[in-house]
Amino acid sequence: MSGLDFITTRLETALGWGRKYSLFHYPFITACCGMEYMSAACAHFDIDRFGAGLTRFSPRQADLLLVVGTVPHKLAPVLKTVYDQMLEPKWVIAFGACAVSGGIYQNYAVLQGIDRIIPVDIYIPGCPPRPEMVLDGLLKLQDKIQHQKQDWRWAKKP
Amino acid sequence: MGQETLIDGIRTKLGPDVEGVSSSFGDVVLTIRAGAVRPVMAALREPPFDYQVLLDLTCVDFAAGEGRFELVYHLYSLSRNVRLRLKASLPAADPAVGTLVGLWKNADWLEREVFDMFGVRFEGHPDLRRILTYEGFEGHALRKSYPWRLGQPRIPQKDEV
Amino acid sequence: METRIQREARPESMLLNMGPSHPAMHGTVRIMLELDAEKILNAEVEIGYLHRGFEKTCENKTYFNLLIYTDRLNYVSPQINNLGYAMTMEKMLGIAVPERAQLIRVLMSELSRVSDHLTCLAAMAMENGAFTVFLYMMKAREFLWDVIELTAGARMTTSYIRIGGVRADLHPDWRSSVATAVRETRKVLKDVSGLLDKNSIFLGRTRGVAAMSKEDALSYGWTGPCLRSTGIPYDVRKASPYLIYDRLSFEVPVGEFGDNYDRYSVRMREMEQSLRLLEQVAALIPDAPPLPAGPLIEPAEAIRRSRRQRPGERIRLSPNLEGYEKERLPGLTALDKPDALLGTGYGIAVPAKEDTYTTMEGLISHFLFFMSGKGIRPPKGDVYFSVEGGNGEVGFYIVSDGTDRPYRLHLRAPCFHVVAALEQLIKGRLIADVVPTFGSMNMIGGELDR
Repeated sequence: MSGLDFITTRLETALGWGRKYSLFHYPFITACCGMEYMSAACAHFDIDRFGAGLTRFSPRQADLLLVVGTVPHKLAPVLKTVYDQMLEPKWVIAFGACAVSGGIYQNYAVLQGIDRIIPVDIYIPGCPPRPEMVLDGLLKLQDKIQHQKQDWRWAKKP
Repeated sequence: MGQETLIDGIRTKLGPDVEGVSSSFGDVVLTIRAGAVRPVMAALREPPFDYQVLLDLTCVDFAAGEGRFELVYHLYSLSRNVRLRLKASLPAADPAVGTLVGLWKNADWLEREVFDMFGVRFEGHPDLRRILTYEGFEGHALRKSYPWRLGQPRIPQKDEV
Repeated sequence: METRIQREARPESMLLNMGPSHPAMHGTVRIMLELDAEKILNAEVEIGYLHRGFEKTCENKTYFNLLIYTDRLNYVSPQINNLGYAMTMEKMLGIAVPERAQLIRVLMSELSRVSDHLTCLAAMAMENGAFTVFLYMMKAREFLWDVIELTAGARMTTSYIRIGGVRADLHPDWRSSVATAVRETRKVLKDVSGLLDKNSIFLGRTRGVAAMSKEDALSYGWTGPCLRSTGIPYDVRKASPYLIYDRLSFEVPVGEFGDNYDRYSVRMREMEQSLRLLEQVAALIPDAPPLPAGPLIEPAEAIRRSRRQRPGERIRLSPNLEGYEKERLPGLTALDKPDALLGTGYGIAVPAKEDTYTTMEGLISHFLFFMSGKGIRPPKGDVYFSVEGGNGEVGFYIVSDGTDRPYRLHLRAPCFHVVAALEQLIKGRLIADVVPTFGSMNMIGGELDR
């Protein structure tokens, strides 16, 4: 019924709007990109003005996992555990070349990109990325969240 | 005391344990016997030599060419502001040397790192286990025989992303 | 897979894991505590969660290529790592760096040192609850990074200090940006001093907590601000002066008890000394001599003309980043060894772009620098050289076998020795003391785990 579609799309828009402007992020900081994360989070290049400023230091209270920096094999199970502890809906941003693909480190110790163990929504390349790139990535994530479709149980056709 | 008298003093005191003195780009290098590492270090720590600081302990893998591992110790004397490098050769088959735990407190972690990366056993070390890699990592990463890109993932990965 | 602390713990005590992903663990250190209510009975520190295989990677890269990996060691003061590596190679190759490059290197080192201390104290204060201090210090750090960015192109990991000199000249407006940075940092330091120095909460958390004695500090191989906080005035810049530090006047601040507050206060005073050094160096660096007047031709035009004969006019290139102006080059980097062209010697730095694109010899020399098997090939032997980093003595030990790749490259990481003492410092204290103690040590994962 088209009437139901109208309601679901309006609801999805409202949900998307609410979710994208109130992102609580969990900064899984490991390496050099952490310095650019600190710059992006502080007064000069504020991420708070996009609604994503509050850092939750527990994965159970966060909905955005920011993987910042290199993830070596030793740390990979920890990242997976943190990701598994987060509640739906959750999004992951791979921040920095090392999180995206292993970066300049292609050797025995480094995981070649976190998308080998967890699903990633936005990839922010750079070594380290400028804070403006981080903000651009965040805005793209907000676009993605706005347009995500919900799986409405009551609107499913049998 | 000047550098010359210092080295002479060390050679006199330590006798046959010092196998050679050389100079490398301006640094003084002493080669010592592997079996005598701990007594030599203990003697160097005391006055009149006074090398109070163990700056660094590392290892170089010459197993392929010369069949040995070379342990390199860097000592520093705060009171006289001089540095010293000591080298000891270990056989590549089963490299083992006496520990410096008890003489310097950072020897604990430094020796764990050399064990982790090269497989050198330090006899007398209270807790010799891996420090930079993880338990379950097979092989010793910095040996020339360990392939550079051989990763040992801990959790299953999606290969084709 | 039981950890040591699990094996040794008493049955009635509680085990707490401050895991590798923790806001106060600066990323990647795992501290396992055995607790009796809030008192720490035993502690175990596990590192290695940022082990990126730096030393093994360096054995497989040429001396020029591995410069980028050195940036990412102590990533809050990256130019100092670059400097340490470059100076170790220069010791091995026997190169004397031109005067202007030495002055610029000192400028970059001190900017990095101030930004290192700012980051350390900002994180330490934030973890103790002083969030304002974090925001203020990050603001000051932006001004410092502006100077670096306008000169080197990148804010953080610049690879600007190269073997033989520096990559390019300072940007034309550098005096005012350095003056702004120094002025803003001084304002921030004054504000932070006012907020923290006599703050009873901050003093309560840091004064008398985790004190380290001189003998223990030397036995652990501590260097840098942590050693100076115990009272020993050892600074590599004074003990074995490198670059032009013997011509500059600065003091080495020391603490008294070696507790957290002393480590904080030594870093604050060191920042002031570094700002003094910045002003002195800025006064010493002469203005770049004006380039000779004359018509300039565009690079594309020069390349087109060079197909027939060498263009006589000068080429319009920016002296800052896009390319060297050949007249500036000798002041910025050591020239090639005399018979570098055509394979009878080796170059040390990237040749000037004007030559590379318009002359045959320049092109060959460019190829010979970058080709595998050629390029920088130091004589056989091993060398150790150290500089004063943000955390202490950063040393590089390089073993060369005469080829274009190092046989072994080892970093003497200052915070490896500092963090080795963490177990001893927190034993017997409360959980809440772990946070300022660890924060004041300035653990940098890239350096600790290499």
